[in-house]
Amino acid sequence: MDNRVDWHRAPGPFAAILGPPLAWFLLFFAVPLAVVLAMSFGTNVGVADIAISGTFANHARTLEPVYLGIFLKSFAIAGAATLLCLVLGFPLALVVAFATPRARTLLLVAIMLPFWTNLLIRTYALMTVLRDGGLVNSALETLGVGPLPLLYNNFAVILGLVYIHLPFMVLPIAASLERLDRSLVEASLDLGASHLGTVLRIILPLAAPGIMAGLLLTFIPALGSYLTPDLMGGPDSQMIANVIERQFKRANDWPFGAALAVLLVNLTLFALALQGLLRRLEPSP
Amino acid sequence: MAREDAVGDALTAPLGRRRLLAGMGAAAVAFSLEGCGTSAEQRLNFLNWQDYIGETTLADFRARTGVRVNQSYFATNDELFAKLKAGNQGYDVIVPSNEFVERMRAADMLEPLNPARIPNLANIEESFRTAAWDPAPRHSVPYTWLVLGIGYRRSRVQGTPDSWKWLFDSDLYKGRIALLTDAADLIRLGAKYMGKSLVGVDAATAQAVADMLGRQKPNIRRFHEDDGQDLLLAGEVDLALEYNGDIAQRMREDPDIDFVVPREGSLINADTLAIPKGAKDPELAHAFIDFLLDAEVGRGISETILYPTPNAAARALMPPDYAANPVIFPSGPGWEASEWGRFEGAEMQRLFEELITRMRAA
Repeated sequence: MDNRVDWHRAPGPFAAILGPPLAWFLLFFAVPLAVVLAMSFGTNVGVADIAISGTFANHARTLEPVYLGIFLKSFAIAGAATLLCLVLGFPLALVVAFATPRARTLLLVAIMLPFWTNLLIRTYALMTVLRDGGLVNSALETLGVGPLPLLYNNFAVILGLVYIHLPFMVLPIAASLERLDRSLVEASLDLGASHLGTVLRIILPLAAPGIMAGLLLTFIPALGSYLTPDLMGGPDSQMIANVIERQFKRANDWPFGAALAVLLVNLTLFALALQGLLRRLEPSP
Repeated sequence: MAREDAVGDALTAPLGRRRLLAGMGAAAVAFSLEGCGTSAEQRLNFLNWQDYIGETTLADFRARTGVRVNQSYFATNDELFAKLKAGNQGYDVIVPSNEFVERMRAADMLEPLNPARIPNLANIEESFRTAAWDPAPRHSVPYTWLVLGIGYRRSRVQGTPDSWKWLFDSDLYKGRIALLTDAADLIRLGAKYMGKSLVGVDAATAQAVADMLGRQKPNIRRFHEDDGQDLLLAGEVDLALEYNGDIAQRMREDPDIDFVVPREGSLINADTLAIPKGAKDPELAHAFIDFLLDAEVGRGISETILYPTPNAAARALMPPDYAANPVIFPSGPGWEASEWGRFEGAEMQRLFEELITRMRAA
């Protein structure tokens, strides 16, 4: 790390490089977020206006049991989807990392392939597979098993979230596995460890940073997911993003929707801080 | 240019709250609308429901006037309201339902119409020319009207399911029921089932309806976003709370589907044509509305969308399978007991919403 550039000696190029993304970030992320924060302290006036009155009533309302319960449910659904992604994604990442270079490229393309199609279209495609007259249920029917309720329930929401987020788990883990020192694996096997033991005691700890990144990249968007519970969920699979959406549209209560959104952002920040803390506690490899 | 003004206002107004939002929305659409298209051609931005115009209507308007109609869609009135609440992003004609005409008038979001510029108003049926929800000066013209009811699959139900009981208060069709997700509609129809008027529902009745729906929840397959007719067609459910026009469209594809207005009575609404505040060419917008009210044009629209039309001249041109269709123009005890909906106020709206959120979270 000796070839680091000292920006004090080159302020012009530095500003030119940092300026546009910083301006973009401020204009399209920081400012809207500040508007949402301000609105969460507002009161509805008449049908269409909001006065920023500095009230805490909206934030107090987000802590009512019904909304905390919805948050809890969102955590449970996103957590279950994240764990399933890890269970499915880790072996997949192992295969990718230890494949021949040619096969690895093909596997990576296969993992990225779903991104070539819009999320909405992928979700509808999944729905046609899962519905009563869909592919799975018609196959089951020929085997004499009645149609299973695969769609419009919490199971469908978790399945949809796993389907969407799996690449976000596989890619960081595969990247960290690729950088792993292969001689450590060979040494472990030479010294008599079983294959499973090597995976659990050597590879898994060394891939921990990748796993952590994968967990965050999966959990955070899953927690705020809106489309999947909306389209694939049943009568009681509303997640917090659906409730926020309804405040902005049907309920026409933007201040309360903003307060719920602020709570969601805070919980996400808390998860990030927790991860940072855990990483600091861990002895670096 | 109204859009640039909005941006300018937002920048100069002291600590703009809503105006800043309005400015940002306007700026975003100014980019997207002006990014495409040639400058020589006149354009009109029409914000409509999906599947809610005749097959050739917009092309005909272009052939007659040279104006290209740029149609975009909204899925719910709330979406339309939220979109325009953040500032009119360049739309010239919109299609709000009657309850939202009241709401948008209260929020000063609609331009008053000039009847002199809409001579085809004479085609509208006498009974629709005045309306309690849009007193003079009128800010809207009825485009279609609609009534909620039960769309059902004949071969899968016993007789005619002509009561809200089968949707709200019975496990006979467990797991085969789809309800609309709209809180106000659910609560008001529940009140109707309980023998009360759907106008001026009080908090206690709303709570009682929410409790009833909470008990019914295990029997419900899905709360849908006005796509109940597709769930019905795909065989996902056998009973769906839907609008008569949506079911009439699907009945053409599947004769096993039928529709009934339950005997307790239902909710009647109208979709209307209106000009939002900030439309850049109100004169052109008036001309477009007048065009849509033309008898021949109205026939083309009704042929496609199959919603009941308030346009008497257009209805007279339609074949009897539309003009005398019992689904499109219902009659009988359910129809006679039905009432026009009205906007119950922001406070009640939020209460309805909260009750349904609680019911679904429970």
